[in-house]
Amino acid sequence: MKVKFKLYATLSDFLPSEACDHQIDAEVAAGTTPNQMIDSHGVPRRLAHLVVLNGVYVPPSERDRAILRDGDTLAVWPPVAGG
Amino acid sequence: MGWTRNVMRVNLTSGTIKREPLNMDWANQYLGQRGLASKYLVEEIDPKVDPLSPENKLIFTTGPLTGTMASTGGRYSVVTKGPLTGAIACSNSGGFLGAELKGAGWDMIIFEGKSPKPVYLYVENDHAELMDASEIWGRSIWDADHILHARHQDPLIRIAAVGRAAEQGCLFSAIVNDLHRAAGRSGVGTVMASKNVKAVVLRGTRGVGNIKDPKAFMQAVNAGKKVLADNAVTGQGLPKYGTQVLMNVINEIGAMPTRNMRDVQFEGASKISGEAMHEVRAGDGRANLVTNAACFGCTIACGRISVIDKNHYTIVNRPQYWGASGGLEYEAAWALGSDTGVSDLEALTYANFLCNEDGLDPITLGSTIAAAMELYEAGLITKEHTGGLELKFGSAEAVTRLTELTCRGEGFGRDIGLGSRRLCEKYGRPELSMSVKGLEFPAYDPRGIQGMGLAYATSNRGACHLRGYTVASEVLGIPVKTDPLVTDGKAELVKAFQDATSVVDSTGLCVFTTFAWTLNDIQPQVAAACEGDWSLEKLLEVGERIWNMERMFNNAAGFTAKDDTLPKRLLSEPAQTGPAKGKANDLQKMLPEYYKVRGWTPEGEPLQATRARLGL
Repeated sequence: MKVKFKLYATLSDFLPSEACDHQIDAEVAAGTTPNQMIDSHGVPRRLAHLVVLNGVYVPPSERDRAILRDGDTLAVWPPVAGG
Repeated sequence: MGWTRNVMRVNLTSGTIKREPLNMDWANQYLGQRGLASKYLVEEIDPKVDPLSPENKLIFTTGPLTGTMASTGGRYSVVTKGPLTGAIACSNSGGFLGAELKGAGWDMIIFEGKSPKPVYLYVENDHAELMDASEIWGRSIWDADHILHARHQDPLIRIAAVGRAAEQGCLFSAIVNDLHRAAGRSGVGTVMASKNVKAVVLRGTRGVGNIKDPKAFMQAVNAGKKVLADNAVTGQGLPKYGTQVLMNVINEIGAMPTRNMRDVQFEGASKISGEAMHEVRAGDGRANLVTNAACFGCTIACGRISVIDKNHYTIVNRPQYWGASGGLEYEAAWALGSDTGVSDLEALTYANFLCNEDGLDPITLGSTIAAAMELYEAGLITKEHTGGLELKFGSAEAVTRLTELTCRGEGFGRDIGLGSRRLCEKYGRPELSMSVKGLEFPAYDPRGIQGMGLAYATSNRGACHLRGYTVASEVLGIPVKTDPLVTDGKAELVKAFQDATSVVDSTGLCVFTTFAWTLNDIQPQVAAACEGDWSLEKLLEVGERIWNMERMFNNAAGFTAKDDTLPKRLLSEPAQTGPAKGKANDLQKMLPEYYKVRGWTPEGEPLQATRARLGL
């Protein structure tokens, strides 16, 4: 199945070179969790601060439990803020 | 003791300048800057005064930590009754002007009356003088800055000025200092121009002394700086990407105000984001962002310095805009960009340069242009009104041209200069103004971030994120993560943010420190600098007192609970995409709870017991 995987700010460096607009379309196995997706791209978990699945925040306790579905979008940021 | 204990009172009508001692009883109750100057304003003007009459006053004010070694301790505020809203206005700015005022030996400058002719105030330590401004009246802020530096032959003077927009009566004019930092919101620049004051020119060489316990102060300051440096947000994220890093975050969670807040996600967000500012552009092979920048004493350095592509249509053959200047912050980027449907980063940077050059609040400007675009779409504004300009959502040319016209108070720019509420009233659709109490929304749609709806509705200066930034908790998880789509607990959360921010705004420090600091980090710095007892409990009480004082001023000015609301669109038109799809803002549920938590009547008036507890 396919999911959109987005890495922003300083995490953009962890995306493969073919990434466009800070995202890739990734082919993943059924049952993949957000943390598995994060690990598979070499993103240190301590930097994966804001993990957002289809626009909804995934708390750290859920990142090994939530299951990605076909067509999902997973976006990840390091600690950021603005105003 | 933090304060210099000196207040400068400038009577513009008579042309006299007097020194008076700071009211230390009030300093003990309101700390400084926003709180203390608001107390002066509340005591000295009739709440029902016309904001643009000589009877209104305008106060430049510092906090006890302004000009000290504390990180970000360079802030100043301008306090007055705002012309856009009729509510109390307090606009906060960085740069270097605040520290210069303190270094000249003054806690605040109170302007009263109206000068018979254009003047500027020149201050060099004890020396203060009103000087003829005829040469700079009618000129942009950037021109005035250049002329004043040449005239005084001192590269170290610091200047705050108003532009042509303020002179022409644009109701959301800013006061710009150091060329691109601004006391931006509520139209404080319009009040300054109404008094015939073009600029404030400062030179202070005394430094800031009188710290109560210098050793304890330096220890507290150094501990605070370490916290900022070690924190991933203030130590890394903000310096690299600035506030603009939020563009993709807020878009992803479905709270990006788009096309006059009809939509909550913008398809062009990534093109105008903090990340995009780093990318090499096709036109000239350079990035939009040149460097980050810091205000006085700041160890975060979130500021953006940008250059526009010289090949871009806005600046071809216009070398005055080829240099680097203050770049897009998130609030300018969304308002000029997603709210108008424009994703041309260079066009937005140009419009932002113009806002700095002539002193416009880019949030209100962008939102008002967006409202005009919707009115144009509805056929209520036509090319006859606009002088032939097509106001379609997505038109970069419309945004840049209207910005030019508004800066100069020409053509349809005069209508844009009214702000969205008056514009939409004029063209018969008042409900299309996305504002609260007349002030336009910042960058967070309250259908996707419920607590912000309550924060906007109850903000004492209208729809403002800097009066209670619950986004920190609801989206970013600072200090703890809460769910942006639920209303439970938001009344308490909003109150806590509002009171704490009132404290920070009264210290001389930047509110961005609170992405890493809590009041527990700020309290030791205040306590070591200022005489008296400045415990955490006292600071929290001061914050609550300031909030209630501002509220009571607004109530006396004629505001009621009916004004604590949101535009119909946000209360009854559900979001169409994103996690908030199908949801409107549930203000009706949160507001009564908020009044209760505040100790107010169901009509939004502080109860006698609340007033007595806070000494109001």
